[in-house]
Amino acid sequence: MRKGQYRFVAGFLLVPVALYVIFVIWPYLQTFGYSLTDWKGQSQTFRFVGLDNYRKLFQDDVFLEAIWHNILFLVFIPVITILLALFFAFMLNAGGRGRAGGVQGVAGAKFYKILYFFPQVLSLAILAVLFNAVYRSDGGGLLNGLLIKLGLVDADNPVEWLNEPDMVLWALLLVVVWHGVGFYLVLFSAAMQSIPRDVYEAALIDGANRNQSFFRITLPLLWDSVQTAWVYLGIVAMDMFVLVSSMTQNMGAYGGGPDHHSDVMSTVMMRNFLYYGKSGYACAMGVVMLLLTLVLSVVTLRATRRERIEF
Amino acid sequence: MGSTAHHDAEGVGRRDLIKRSAALGLVAAPGMGLLSACASGGGDDDPGEGGTKGKTSKDNPFGAEKGSKLDVVVFKGGYGDDYAKAWEADFSKKLGVTSTHTGTQEITGKLQPRFNAGNPPDLVDDSGAQKINIDVLYKNGQLLDLAGVLDAPSVDDPAKKVRDTLIPGTLDPGLQEGKIVALNYIYTVWGLWYSGKLFKEKGWQEPKTWADFLAICKDAKSQGIGGLAHQGKYPYYINVAIMDLIAKKGGLDAMKAIDNLDPRAFVGSDAAQEAIEAVYEVVEKGYLMPGTNGLTHTESQTRWNQYKAVFITSGSWLENEQLKQTPTDFDMKFLPMPLLPGSKLPFEAIRAGSGEPFVIPAKAKNRAAAQEFMRRMLSKEWSTLFAKQANSLTILKDGVDPSVRLRPGTQSTVEASKAAGGNTFRYLYTEWYGEMGTAIEAASNELMSKRIQPKEWLKRCQAAVDKQAKDPASKKNHRD
Repeated sequence: MRKGQYRFVAGFLLVPVALYVIFVIWPYLQTFGYSLTDWKGQSQTFRFVGLDNYRKLFQDDVFLEAIWHNILFLVFIPVITILLALFFAFMLNAGGRGRAGGVQGVAGAKFYKILYFFPQVLSLAILAVLFNAVYRSDGGGLLNGLLIKLGLVDADNPVEWLNEPDMVLWALLLVVVWHGVGFYLVLFSAAMQSIPRDVYEAALIDGANRNQSFFRITLPLLWDSVQTAWVYLGIVAMDMFVLVSSMTQNMGAYGGGPDHHSDVMSTVMMRNFLYYGKSGYACAMGVVMLLLTLVLSVVTLRATRRERIEF
Repeated sequence: MGSTAHHDAEGVGRRDLIKRSAALGLVAAPGMGLLSACASGGGDDDPGEGGTKGKTSKDNPFGAEKGSKLDVVVFKGGYGDDYAKAWEADFSKKLGVTSTHTGTQEITGKLQPRFNAGNPPDLVDDSGAQKINIDVLYKNGQLLDLAGVLDAPSVDDPAKKVRDTLIPGTLDPGLQEGKIVALNYIYTVWGLWYSGKLFKEKGWQEPKTWADFLAICKDAKSQGIGGLAHQGKYPYYINVAIMDLIAKKGGLDAMKAIDNLDPRAFVGSDAAQEAIEAVYEVVEKGYLMPGTNGLTHTESQTRWNQYKAVFITSGSWLENEQLKQTPTDFDMKFLPMPLLPGSKLPFEAIRAGSGEPFVIPAKAKNRAAAQEFMRRMLSKEWSTLFAKQANSLTILKDGVDPSVRLRPGTQSTVEASKAAGGNTFRYLYTEWYGEMGTAIEAASNELMSKRIQPKEWLKRCQAAVDKQAKDPASKKNHRD
């Protein structure tokens, strides 16, 4: 590099790096510091307790269960969302009946694309309100109302979707998938459109059917986008705070019910931090979350690394 | 065909950059919540003199100065802030002190900087989810000892001190190290509620025993109306009913056993067992309003307002909360928890207590006027104004002018608390042991959803109590 260029670059980086250090790195260090104390969050008096908080953490059934729920989300949210989005994207771009002269999407593809994208423009808070109405536990709920009308559910015994230990996680999962599919559909379909037509046509001429052209051509060429989607959906799965805290049965504060069956790490942490006043302990949870997400992102990026193909 | 790319040839590609920043975001997102929490405030200056002061007189013992300004900040939650505006108008009319009024839910956000800068308002209703904890303010020397106000002559009867005109025990929650620094102004009673209109229509009588209560539920069910509704998404509500049933059955000893973490608070307590079995009977016989276990407070209360259920559990904020949803002829009525056979407390006994802390900052600019304002809050006139505007009672004994027509629900709480007299009780474990409270509520939620039986409920509650008892910090709390 030419002389002075480093200084020039450093000049540009100074402000963002400083902001990052002050607002991200420094709070992390603070959190770690607080995690070694019995801080109660309402004043600046606390005692140093060493690793006590971490020791307790591994005997805390609620937190351990919450980690497990996050892991479930981590597996199912990306898999289901990506598979659905890929399927829809493929159908919209290359799934149409192969007529003479090439490859095209199903009829009305443009319309569907817009339709699928709709949920993405809703914020999580609105989403929670919307699906609270869908899952509402009496006849006034969309699902219950429908099922009662169809005679599938007894009006005196409506399904309490979000108050069923075996159902609540899936109910939340559905919300996330419904919200996400449209976005990834558009992402994948943009990537698909950049795959040259002649590749498909060549495959068609060679006698490839829809499945073959999807698995042999589309998927390999989309791998980069899939990988990006995986990381983004991983973020969603590790968080889940808004939906859990505003939709599920209240366990003191921040949802998590019934009986902690929908608690995730972030809701347990916030409950300990503010509601129980066990802030030092909550900071230890924060540190564990940090480590888990760190491991996760490294693993994700490593595991999905592939040779990239350009065209 | 495509060709394989030369990796790393041009450094960080755009997609790599996106992926990496996404990975960073993955790390950063959960950490953001902690960010704001770690900010601690500083800043201090010399305590104020109390500022403006005019001439004192019999009607104005603190010497609120005419023409001065009073800075009032009120939590605008379930009770609204119209009552405060009504007080301020009267204050201005009688004493010539005008108020700047702020009604807000963001108490911490608006006031923490002002406290830190030594420029607090003169009077604050420090409530709601975003309140600043009283003990924190106290420890920072921000609160005025309210003894001055409480020892001043009462507006209604100058021969009495203000503190002697209040319902006994209602000042206690404002106590910090022997000083009253917060005035918990609102008097809340907890119990069941029903519609007088529905009762009249169906020819039901107010049930005084659990058997009568069940009979009404049964009759209602046969007519397609739910018996009991509760705010299932917040197990707090049904838990209040369960615990009250225990207290009424076993007397104050049963209640204190729980607060004092007795090893036989639940398992081995007949009161607890009979109470929970009684509640479970409601579940088992299908007397719950369908779906109520999963409804929020507004959803279930509104259903109840639509006559979909006979009874609902709640505190006395219910009427004000449901103002818009309540039909005009609904005739809301309060009902103390019905009695199980052989109960130690009478039917009239209710859970009751004070809440909504009002404080005067130590550095208030217009302290005299603030003290005078608070003294007037504890007059019959202002207490009645409050009852009318906010549809709730205050801690002033007989604080509502009998000639004033209150809303039916509020009126029935006036009568109920009069009938209860000294027969009030209040659990303290909820204030002392949040985590234990949550465990008990979670168990209650399971019971109401028929996933556990009374026996299991008792075991789980006892386990929560035993766990709490192991915490050395719990030695500090004890009630006799």
